[in-house]
Amino acid sequence: MESSDMNDSGLRTAGSEQNLLSRPDGSATFTQGDTSVMAAVYGPADVRQNKEIIDRATVEVIYKPKSGMPGIREKSKEQLIRNTCETVILTAMHPRSSITIVTQEVQDSGALLACCINASCMALMDAGVPMKCLVAAVTCMLDSEERLVLDPTDKQAKDALCLATFAFDSTNKKVVTSTFQGSCTMQQYQSLLASCQTASQKVFDFYRTSAERRLAKS
Amino acid sequence: MAPPREETVESKSSENLRVLPGDDLSDVFISTRGSKFRLGPGLRQEGETVVACKCGILRKKEPNDVFWIDNHQKRYVPVKGETVLGIVVGKAGDVFKVDIGGSVPATLSYLAFEGATKRNRPNVAIGDVVFGRLLVANRDMEPELVCMDSAGRSGGLGIMSDGGFMFQCSLGLVRKMLSPKCTLVKQLGQVMPVELAAGMNGRIWLRGKTVSSTITAMNAISSAEFMTESEIRLMVHRLQDSVSGMWSGIS
Repeated sequence: MESSDMNDSGLRTAGSEQNLLSRPDGSATFTQGDTSVMAAVYGPADVRQNKEIIDRATVEVIYKPKSGMPGIREKSKEQLIRNTCETVILTAMHPRSSITIVTQEVQDSGALLACCINASCMALMDAGVPMKCLVAAVTCMLDSEERLVLDPTDKQAKDALCLATFAFDSTNKKVVTSTFQGSCTMQQYQSLLASCQTASQKVFDFYRTSAERRLAKS
Repeated sequence: MAPPREETVESKSSENLRVLPGDDLSDVFISTRGSKFRLGPGLRQEGETVVACKCGILRKKEPNDVFWIDNHQKRYVPVKGETVLGIVVGKAGDVFKVDIGGSVPATLSYLAFEGATKRNRPNVAIGDVVFGRLLVANRDMEPELVCMDSAGRSGGLGIMSDGGFMFQCSLGLVRKMLSPKCTLVKQLGQVMPVELAAGMNGRIWLRGKTVSSTITAMNAISSAEFMTESEIRLMVHRLQDSVSGMWSGIS
């Protein structure tokens, strides 16, 4: 298990392990503090007739909560992860096939969506799915005294004025996905976005160090 | 570009560079500017730049500057001309459907065997293991297998009959095993005679004289994935000792 301390950047300690499941084509766990998600990728595989797209691959995401049946909230999370991953996957390279990502929540202690996206990205890398670039997601919030908190825990997020998750691509550091709960001013939104953008670099650095360590073994 | 990568470019040669999807590799290709070079799997051209689209190690082959990315992938993507091991999963008219581990099953014509004619059909049953070469493999078409070369000879291809055992391994292991540098098969053959067929889709079929020798050979091959050449030599050496010990114990 690779792990790196990100305290200087305001992010919680991140850790990951790739290729830990034998059945899927690619798999990874990603942990941020106590939040932990496991992701598995199957593909490019056979696709059901009604989901087939003639000129590109169908990207499917299944989100499994820790307990209970997936509901509307989970479906919307699936949709967010799907759209984020589809923008970076080179779907035109494998037309009429499916790329399925299964994300399993292991522990939710805040910033779960960001953790899901990061785990999916690492699993896609492990599976060797062709990608334009990498994607990293970071969550941040404003607390009751309007102070900015990066990568908040679920306890911190309880009394948040607003909570935002942004995903960035690795080449241009541009926003891929943005979700927002609560309300804030324009300036506050810009500062949330800017601090997430700088913090995403730490996640990209983490991807690189863990990939290099993994490749060094072979 | 991120500062850590520039350091790696400076400190290491262009070969065996570890790359991630989205890495701009233009600075690696500056040295080859002017001369022609080819981009293999995992590399794409984006306008004037070359970008990686897979996570792995950048490799280079000298004679005509071929670059590609080597990675540990499990899913097979069919490539024209590669030999693969497949399982016959169905018959549809005059073609067989063969599972080769790709996204769709490959087709295999009943006429694509040595000596096959419309009268003289090959004896193929569902569940058989076939060793074939990919005649057609591109992303827009169904892959097509043949079990003979252009001259109509089998050349080792065909149905894997009379016992034997097929197992799944990573694509990287097969590539490593078949590379000219690797002496695993040669060394293993000196310890115990085995018939072996390695498909580029991560499947290996083998048949030893006895069941135990088949299992031993399988274990030796699957354990060699992350071994260096000297470690393989040591492993086969140890295997030789234990095999000879085992046989002397029996007799």
